[in-house]
Amino acid sequence: MLRKTFETEIQQMKDEIILLGSMVEQNVLDSVEALKKRDMEASRKIVALDKLINDKRFALENQVMIIIATQQPMAHDLRLLASFFEIISELERMGDYAKGIGVINIRMGDQPLLKPLIDIPRMAQKGADMLHRALAAFVNEDAEAARLIPAEDDEVDQLYEQIYRELMTYIMADPRNIERANWLLWVAHNLERFADRVTNICERTVFIVTGELTEINDMKDG
Amino acid sequence: MNKIEIENLTLQYSDGNESLRNVSMGIRENAITVLFGPAGGGKSSLLRCLNRLNDMADVQTAVGRIMLDGENILDPKTDVIALRRKVGMVFARPVVLPLSIRGNLTYGLEVMGESRRSKLDDAVERSLKQAALWDEVKDRLDDQAIALSGGQQQRLCVARSLALEPEVILLDEPTSGLDPISTAKVEASLQELKKDYTIILVPHSVQQAARAADFAAFFLQGELVEYAEGKSIFTTPVNKRTEDYVTGRFG
Repeated sequence: MLRKTFETEIQQMKDEIILLGSMVEQNVLDSVEALKKRDMEASRKIVALDKLINDKRFALENQVMIIIATQQPMAHDLRLLASFFEIISELERMGDYAKGIGVINIRMGDQPLLKPLIDIPRMAQKGADMLHRALAAFVNEDAEAARLIPAEDDEVDQLYEQIYRELMTYIMADPRNIERANWLLWVAHNLERFADRVTNICERTVFIVTGELTEINDMKDG
Repeated sequence: MNKIEIENLTLQYSDGNESLRNVSMGIRENAITVLFGPAGGGKSSLLRCLNRLNDMADVQTAVGRIMLDGENILDPKTDVIALRRKVGMVFARPVVLPLSIRGNLTYGLEVMGESRRSKLDDAVERSLKQAALWDEVKDRLDDQAIALSGGQQQRLCVARSLALEPEVILLDEPTSGLDPISTAKVEASLQELKKDYTIILVPHSVQQAARAADFAAFFLQGELVEYAEGKSIFTTPVNKRTEDYVTGRFG
């Protein structure tokens, strides 16, 4: 039956998106770990893996187009396939944030970290955890779970503000700290944006299930 | 504004099969309203009620009202010939008359007593242009219509109904036998025609329904399950049965 073929194709797409998501999740955690250890080699691998993430994004988009062209989906199926595009693209952008952290580590060269990293790994852990559950809600089409996740972004935002204030005190104490503080500020900014994009994935899950296109947390600009 | 108001229409054939069950819906002027659903759902029966073609079928009871411009067309006193002039019909298979292209278009008008050549020529040109066929046949209007391709024949049938200047056009799977290019031409001409007419279409696929519909009504076993704007019913249907049908879970 046609429907069976279609359902198999959809399941394969979901599996592939989970795989893409886990690549992104692991890369962001690894990028912070490499920074923490000042491990340049690890950061180079992260930058290289981002290329694979980008390639996979295009391959998946192509696959979605083939399903749309051959199956001509409607209703829930159409919303699902349209959301695949959005989610794939969000994941690719999230991968860029991990790559960005890798590039910062490489560019920092021999300079030691301004301070030991405590809150930055927490931000990464929280963002990765939110992404993991957002993708679980997406594959299970669990709108209720998806609606709850974006509120957790507040925690990431608070960590970001905390880091920001802390780095400002370093800058004010000694302007020679500006460059190294700025590197870390960029890292924190990347992680803050990473978590914002989890909200977009959750919004798509709600859309797939209910057909509502709404911002779950409209105070955010992500 | 609604051109047609169907009020509590129930239609039963004499074999006891109920074909339409308490259907109420308004049909908007200058729009394409699509009636879709699996076979036997009542969509063609409803279409046929709209110009009383069901009079010739074995209908036992027809309860309810179909108000066209404020008059109940199910009323036995309705002038059926006048009604059918106002409400034209195009069928699944093109039925061309064994006449020239021109003859197909002028036949109805001549039967009604129109003999002025200028009037007839005007009607030929106007209706062929409206059906997006003029450019393809203007130099061979006196050729036999049967020599046209399937897609051209179907557009000729659309033009033939337009020649009578109807107000409502009913189309029952008008592109079911046509190739994609001819189908696209017929669909494109419907999008133009809706500016001047009220169009009711029974499509041959859900995809065509989605492409063409300003409004769409989903029929299942004689029941009007869901009626909504086309752009919402094919992306976010409200009823589970509509969802199951448009996503190919049944039918």
